Amino acid sequence: MITNTVLTELKTMSKPAAPITPVLSARGLVKRYGRVTAMDRADFDLYPGEILAVIGDNGAGKSSLIKALSGALIPDEGEIRLDGEVTKFGSPMDAQRAGIETVHQSLALSPSLSIADNMFLGREIRRPGMLGSVFRMLDRPAMQKIARDKLSELGLMTVQSINQTVETLSGGQRQGVAVARAAAFGSRVVIMDEPTAALGVKESRRVLELILEVRSRGLPIVLISHNMPHVFEIADRIHIHRLGRRLCVINPKDYTMSDAVAFMTGAKAPAEDLAA
Amino acid sequence: MTDVSSSGANPSGHPAMQAFEQVLEKRDSRVAEFDVAPKSPLQRVQHFLHANPTAVPAIVLVLGIIGFSLIVGGRFLSSFNLSLIIQQVTIIGIIGIAQTLIVITAGIDLSVGAIMVLCSVVMGKLAVTLGVPAPLAFMMGIMVGGGCGAINGVLVTRLRLPPFIVTLGTWSIFFALNLWYSASETIRSQDVAKAAPFLQFLGTPVDVFGARFTYGSFFLLGLIALVWYVLNRTAFGRHLYAVGDDPAAAELSGIRTRKVLFTVYVAAGVICALGAWALIGRIGSVSPQAGQTANLDSITAVVIGGASLFGGRGSIIGTLIGALIVGVFRNGLALSGVDVLWQEFTVGILIIVAVALDQWIRKVSA
Repeated sequence: MITNTVLTELKTMSKPAAPITPVLSARGLVKRYGRVTAMDRADFDLYPGEILAVIGDNGAGKSSLIKALSGALIPDEGEIRLDGEVTKFGSPMDAQRAGIETVHQSLALSPSLSIADNMFLGREIRRPGMLGSVFRMLDRPAMQKIARDKLSELGLMTVQSINQTVETLSGGQRQGVAVARAAAFGSRVVIMDEPTAALGVKESRRVLELILEVRSRGLPIVLISHNMPHVFEIADRIHIHRLGRRLCVINPKDYTMSDAVAFMTGAKAPAEDLAA
Repeated sequence: MTDVSSSGANPSGHPAMQAFEQVLEKRDSRVAEFDVAPKSPLQRVQHFLHANPTAVPAIVLVLGIIGFSLIVGGRFLSSFNLSLIIQQVTIIGIIGIAQTLIVITAGIDLSVGAIMVLCSVVMGKLAVTLGVPAPLAFMMGIMVGGGCGAINGVLVTRLRLPPFIVTLGTWSIFFALNLWYSASETIRSQDVAKAAPFLQFLGTPVDVFGARFTYGSFFLLGLIALVWYVLNRTAFGRHLYAVGDDPAAAELSGIRTRKVLFTVYVAAGVICALGAWALIGRIGSVSPQAGQTANLDSITAVVIGGASLFGGRGSIIGTLIGALIVGVFRNGLALSGVDVLWQEFTVGILIIVAVALDQWIRKVSA
């Protein structure tokens, strides 16, 4: 598998060799809100098949960066590249169409709708032929089948419950549905914003396994998290954001959590060759 | 069950496993299975009602019918009386459909009754007084209804005003326009019948197995079937529930929430205009003073029918049953010889019980 070789390469060097094109990258992103500069020439690189953690102190501009990459925010300056091609996202829909799926911290699920309805919310499948084109009839069996398959693939499924409403699920289960939705539709990148923040120890563990499972399918993942143990456990590389820009990218094997926190808060400067 | 740990992500073998998580070795390795914990009988009831929101109103309706047939006897169950109830319910049923759509989006529309009366006056005046062909006058009425809905929709989606305030305001505005346009004059039933019988079409009686219905009753059923289809079998219907449930989540899922909301207010206005047609059929004449209670009656039907004023929950069938419950209780109490004030009293209790029940059902847990 290509992704595995890329992964090994990534693990052996902090900066990958030139031939590997990042799946998603950004150069010199700037976003100003009045006199506040949320992004100050921020760079970003996500390579195929990796889990890239993005960490940074509150107010470092992580969310602005992630919003820009997922189409929820339009940067004032800078460029975003998808597989090396310059792209512009005018809305979250643009990013979704490009294969970038985001699992928002709020999950963006509709509690009173069923699991299947939620997975297809905003991109429903209609019946073929007249029923679909004229009468706009939904193809519920097809959507239920795909939803069930996707959840089963991720080991999230007991078959009878696909029509259960999301409000009857626990926090971890809801996270599971949101991740499954992203994995089902994200053909290029899955972005996860604080996926374990609201969960207990046991459910966090399950969500981490889920993230690894998604990566093993070859999808690269951007993981935004405040939880250092989780970040160091599953990330292949760690992007440290500080004062509106990328400070450095470290390999979790070479550094300790205290190093990362020190970089992130400015208590310690990263070595010259790391600085991005 | 897929065992994730076998696919290269074995947490126990991972060097970065945290000390406090070591105990998790003994956990079961299934990932977030949707298992069902044993429930107490009360929780079972709660879950059943949660999954079947129209069950309570349906049970209340059946109990009401059984109760009144025992109290009042044959007179209540006579085909004449039952068809009377259905005729009385027709208008509230149609307006209730419009109200249901709005309530599902977590809104409320206080102007539905005023839109209906304004539309009926427009249809009547154009067709009878100004001599416009009746079908054309009818279409103009529909457009006025859609226009009124569009005004509500713009105020709710563009100015982002609360629907309660918007429709409280437009209720007065539409009612004033109605009095102005009609010059507070009623168009007599005979004049409508002579100049524009089309407008009274829905009042045409039909006998089915000895029971007398009007076309209006069938029109109501057809409209219910149509709206049920849209709500349950099209993407727009699903989006409507999503918008009422959590607008932010709907927006992030790619639903254009403001467009959905605007469309719903326009649709509600058009349905009110269809209600105006049924209203003319029911009372024969065109009166600017008709349908004054339709506003609150429609909300009553929606709430008793199990919809939640917090949005995201509600069904068209529930609203029909809600309207029937109100009709059955009013009629039954009247036939029992109970004073009118006790009819109001009973409806009030039904509303409060329905809302209390909704609050309890919403607290359902996994």
